[in-house]
Amino acid sequence: MSIDTARLREDFPILSREVNGRPLVYLDNAATTQKPRAVIEALTHYYETQNANIHRGIHTLAVEATEAYEGVRAKAARHIGAGNAEDIVFTRNTTESINLVARAWGDANLRDGDEIVLTLMEHHSNIVPWQLLAARTGAQLRYAGIDEEGRLDLDELRSLIGERTKLVSVTHMSNVLGTINPIAEIAEIAREAGALLLVDGAQSAPHLPVDVTALGCDVFAFSAHKMLGPTGVGVLWARPGLLAEMEPFLGGGEMISIVKPEGSTWAEGPHKFEAGTPNIADVIAFGAALDYLRELGMAEVREHEKRITAYAIEALERSGGITVHGPHDVEVRGGAVSFEVEGVHPHDVSTIVDAYGVAIRAGHHCAQLLMRHLSVPATNRASFYLYNEEREVDALVEALDEAKRVFGRVESRTAV
Amino acid sequence: MSRAEPQFDELYREVILDHYRRPRNAGALEAPTHQAEGANPVCGDEIELDVAVEGDVICKMAFRGQGCSISQSSASMMTERICGGTIGEARKVMRLFEAQLVEAAEPDPALGDLEALQGVAQFPVRVKCALLCWKVLREALSIDDTDHATSPQGD
Repeated sequence: MSIDTARLREDFPILSREVNGRPLVYLDNAATTQKPRAVIEALTHYYETQNANIHRGIHTLAVEATEAYEGVRAKAARHIGAGNAEDIVFTRNTTESINLVARAWGDANLRDGDEIVLTLMEHHSNIVPWQLLAARTGAQLRYAGIDEEGRLDLDELRSLIGERTKLVSVTHMSNVLGTINPIAEIAEIAREAGALLLVDGAQSAPHLPVDVTALGCDVFAFSAHKMLGPTGVGVLWARPGLLAEMEPFLGGGEMISIVKPEGSTWAEGPHKFEAGTPNIADVIAFGAALDYLRELGMAEVREHEKRITAYAIEALERSGGITVHGPHDVEVRGGAVSFEVEGVHPHDVSTIVDAYGVAIRAGHHCAQLLMRHLSVPATNRASFYLYNEEREVDALVEALDEAKRVFGRVESRTAV
Repeated sequence: MSRAEPQFDELYREVILDHYRRPRNAGALEAPTHQAEGANPVCGDEIELDVAVEGDVICKMAFRGQGCSISQSSASMMTERICGGTIGEARKVMRLFEAQLVEAAEPDPALGDLEALQGVAQFPVRVKCALLCWKVLREALSIDDTDHATSPQGD
């Protein structure tokens, strides 16, 4: 059964608002998605009926809040095909999840001369924590390139991974090109080299059915706010046993077992990495987002996005003067579509389409290495989600026609 | 219900597009006395500026950059407007230009072509684009008017 967007859009209050006198056309879902009423209500329900600190009270509210919070661990695990809720750590976002690994695993396991292998299509959140780790340990960074269509050069990646490689960290889906990387193949290469494989799932967990066991990665990180959930919640999954081998990240309450003047022992499982009062309300509301996605079915979400992405690529290219970056085959890409409008800078594009109520992203998308590789300072990006409709693509194309017209006015006169 | 078509010909006046397509004083100077570069990390606009000063007269200017029509046309018009004048005059134009954008002041005739950028004042997120080259000029000439903010918003 395919997704009925007309019915589903009624679940999202913000989608009925107007922007600049036009219906909002929200095409910036790779940055953050909108929230269904169920998520918004879960937040208020928690504060109105259950608010208490977790893991440290005997009273009824504390018990209810703890159960609600801990229950989301199992939902998050199920969303990515992980068997064990105790392998899920809640963080603030994907960035913090990656930084946690860089600190808690990286500092203990990397030495001078070791190598970290990344790709040119990584988000800054999957580059900068490793640069900081390299500066602390003397490890070296290596970057695998991409081909002309924006696909990972798997042969180059293979050639970069060797006995010095301690860590491979790659995105599952590029936030700029939409490219889906062959994680299972990369996992095999990393495993042979004895390297840890971290997968940045910020763009895949919201849009694809994910099974970390089938992928074969060691660590998988993603963010709630890019998948209908609230901001301020990230997830870190580590393969069974790995969390126990890692040192703590932040110290404080909740992450300890026994504290003595001369030192302390650590809490078990994910609690070791959740120092202090966590983001209880938002984690609980994230549970409502995971329920919403489960009810729809991630396979249906993926099918819907394949259709609208194919429609968008075709419509953009047919309209003329537009170049779409990244793979064109929707089987190997997701719904983040970067494009350029000939002769019009992305900022100017963004300003003009905003007047039509169309929200897209213009900029380097936190991927300056990729921008340099593509030899562009910035791109426009439209990114889709389960509530987007083909008529919204049409609204984008119409607004882009205005951008082309405005900037075409002096073209003919100056091109003497 | 009638809905007005967005009007962009006023923001993107032809003189702006003309400077964007055919920037004046684009390139580098052989012997600049002052140099600076600046970027807007949010959007990736970049300007590198060379200035040749004799006494207190700005004799030559050249810039290299990439970015949106607003940032690049502003740089082109800035070099055209202040080249040949004194540093004091450049400061005066800078203040008038900032007032036009930040305070939405009526354009001053002394601004010349730069008056065309007045429409940017209606688009607060784009004001930084128009001011980038002036921030670079300020740095190149070590102009310190800390009492006069160049940026209406934080990064």
